[in-house]
Amino acid sequence: MNIAFYVSAVLTLAGALASVLLKNKVHCALALTVAFTGLAFLFLNLNAQFAGFAEIMVYVGAVAILVVFAILLIKGSETPLHGAFSRSWPIGATIAAGIFALLGWAVIESASHLPKNTPTHAVTVDQIGQALVYRYVLPLEVVAILLTVALIGAVIIALHEDGRTQ
Amino acid sequence: MTPLTCYLLVAALLFAIGLAGALIRRNAILVLIGIELMLNAANLNLIAFWRYGPHPELLTGMIFAIFSIAVAAAEAAVGLALVIHIHRHTKTTYLDQINRMKG
Amino acid sequence: MIKNLDQIFLLFEHWIVSFLPVAWRPMGAIILSVLAIISIFPALFALTTVFERKGLGRIQNRIGPNRVGPLGIFQPIADGIKSLTKEDIVPTSADGVVHFLAPIVQVLAVFMGFAVLPMGRNMVLADMDAGLLFYFSMGASTELSVFMAGWSSRNKYSLLGAMRAVAQMISYEVTLLLSAVPVVMIAGSLSLTKIVAAQNYYTHGLPHWYIFTPWGLAGFVLYAIATTAETNRSPFDLPEGESELVAGYHTEYSGFKFALFFLGEYLAMFSISGMGATLFFGGWAAPFPFLEWIPSWIWFFSKLMLSIFVFIWLRGTLPRLRQDQLMNFAWKFILPLCLLNVLVTALWHFLGVGWERWVFCSLILALAYVLMGLGGMRGMKVGPRRYRYAE
Repeated sequence: MNIAFYVSAVLTLAGALASVLLKNKVHCALALTVAFTGLAFLFLNLNAQFAGFAEIMVYVGAVAILVVFAILLIKGSETPLHGAFSRSWPIGATIAAGIFALLGWAVIESASHLPKNTPTHAVTVDQIGQALVYRYVLPLEVVAILLTVALIGAVIIALHEDGRTQ
Repeated sequence: MTPLTCYLLVAALLFAIGLAGALIRRNAILVLIGIELMLNAANLNLIAFWRYGPHPELLTGMIFAIFSIAVAAAEAAVGLALVIHIHRHTKTTYLDQINRMKG
Repeated sequence: MIKNLDQIFLLFEHWIVSFLPVAWRPMGAIILSVLAIISIFPALFALTTVFERKGLGRIQNRIGPNRVGPLGIFQPIADGIKSLTKEDIVPTSADGVVHFLAPIVQVLAVFMGFAVLPMGRNMVLADMDAGLLFYFSMGASTELSVFMAGWSSRNKYSLLGAMRAVAQMISYEVTLLLSAVPVVMIAGSLSLTKIVAAQNYYTHGLPHWYIFTPWGLAGFVLYAIATTAETNRSPFDLPEGESELVAGYHTEYSGFKFALFFLGEYLAMFSISGMGATLFFGGWAAPFPFLEWIPSWIWFFSKLMLSIFVFIWLRGTLPRLRQDQLMNFAWKFILPLCLLNVLVTALWHFLGVGWERWVFCSLILALAYVLMGLGGMRGMKVGPRRYRYAE
């Protein structure tokens, strides 16, 4: 494993931990951005360039900004009245640790059955385009409809209640 | 440890951290952050299996991951719009207090 | 000899790299190219600041800076010394780490964008297959730094300026991407070197640049509007308008951090002008075959500086748009035209070579523009136009 993998993995996990443990909500959102960037580097390490760049453009460029805007619109940058973590946090942490133990055991146990290194197959954007339009055209159209519906729905939900149509 | 095992372990750890975030936090937006982390861990799994699995020329894992990114973005948008609307209605985002269906 | 002049930077790089041991040569070549980019574009930025101030001065019927050096050309050195020696004031309630990181993230994201621009024949730092997508991803990352700057200052005006800037940048990001899609459709690739290669041939001595096609002209106009809004330049500069919000999201920045923001903004202008030149004006290609003896990098930088001149001209001439006018313009006028442009490009491709496609595509685009303009002006009452001249 090369050093790029270790650096990206540490960046991702540190960002994820920070976004889950920090008290200031905007700091959590910014740590989430760091986690997304680390994930994009991991995708690039796996030779999935289109997925890596799409991850930066969609997650860092749009979802992180959405989260930050939502935090600000709800005046979330004030100090919280209640605590940051719920009262039953040991149970939640134990469940998460249990899930990780289960998944980790499954991965390590089956390590001998997993396929070995296959030679890399250079993926061009042309091939992704062809795959999207020929083989996966139905999911493409369904995702387009889904995005349109989500857009219209989000706008309707967040409109002002007092009847003012924008 | 093969490279695939390393990637799968990172994805499992990311998923566990996201799950912990979704279960522990009191604010609705931070729960959504945990859900986004879980979705990303699943994406990492998909791409890792595409790269190291059989038939990478079919691009199944990559296309699945791209669709997953698109759907997760739509879901984040709708989820945050819902949280804003609930806040406008109940003036709070603390999940312990949003425990009634009637306003 | 002409070919050598064209490739002079590459030959220089090969010569320097040949002094290194063989194992270190790729890394040495990369580091040398990165150093070249890091030194050329800030130097161009210094030249542009004095160019802009003199240009704006002349448009506004005054002279502009002329104290420091002949015709004021040493003004950027004076500005640089000033910004380096000014006290770096950070408000006590500001969020230290985020306040420090915001200008760094902006400059980092903008410099990354330069890696994919083809600045001359064979002169790309990273010839990626998805180069255009990489460039726009780096552009999307600059929005986050704007927000970080505004929020970390703990100042209501900064936060307001930051939210306005981010809303404006996100709206125009969609139109920026959509106006570049027709180019990708016709060139058939996201790689910028292939896009330049697709435009680099001549018919009867006229170049095949995309701006000389109906969809290319419409695409370029839409791209120009979107880039003016993305880089927060006038007439879209409400977030940093000096008369509105003090300095918007960089109110609380002084000294070198402010200089970094300024540098980031101008570098973003350069890289997005370079991208416009690559997509629509043929990149490093010469306009006529008999002008090919002029090196390719001179053509690229001339097109870039021409775009910068147009930016400065727009800044001095047009009044500022209000925030809601700006957003209405983006979502109700520019976005439908961008989508129509994508359809018209598809029509262009499928009609095949001939005179029909020129006529139909031009007619559809012109009709849409006129009808949408008339439709948008329906509710407005405009008084008689009055002219006032400087005495």
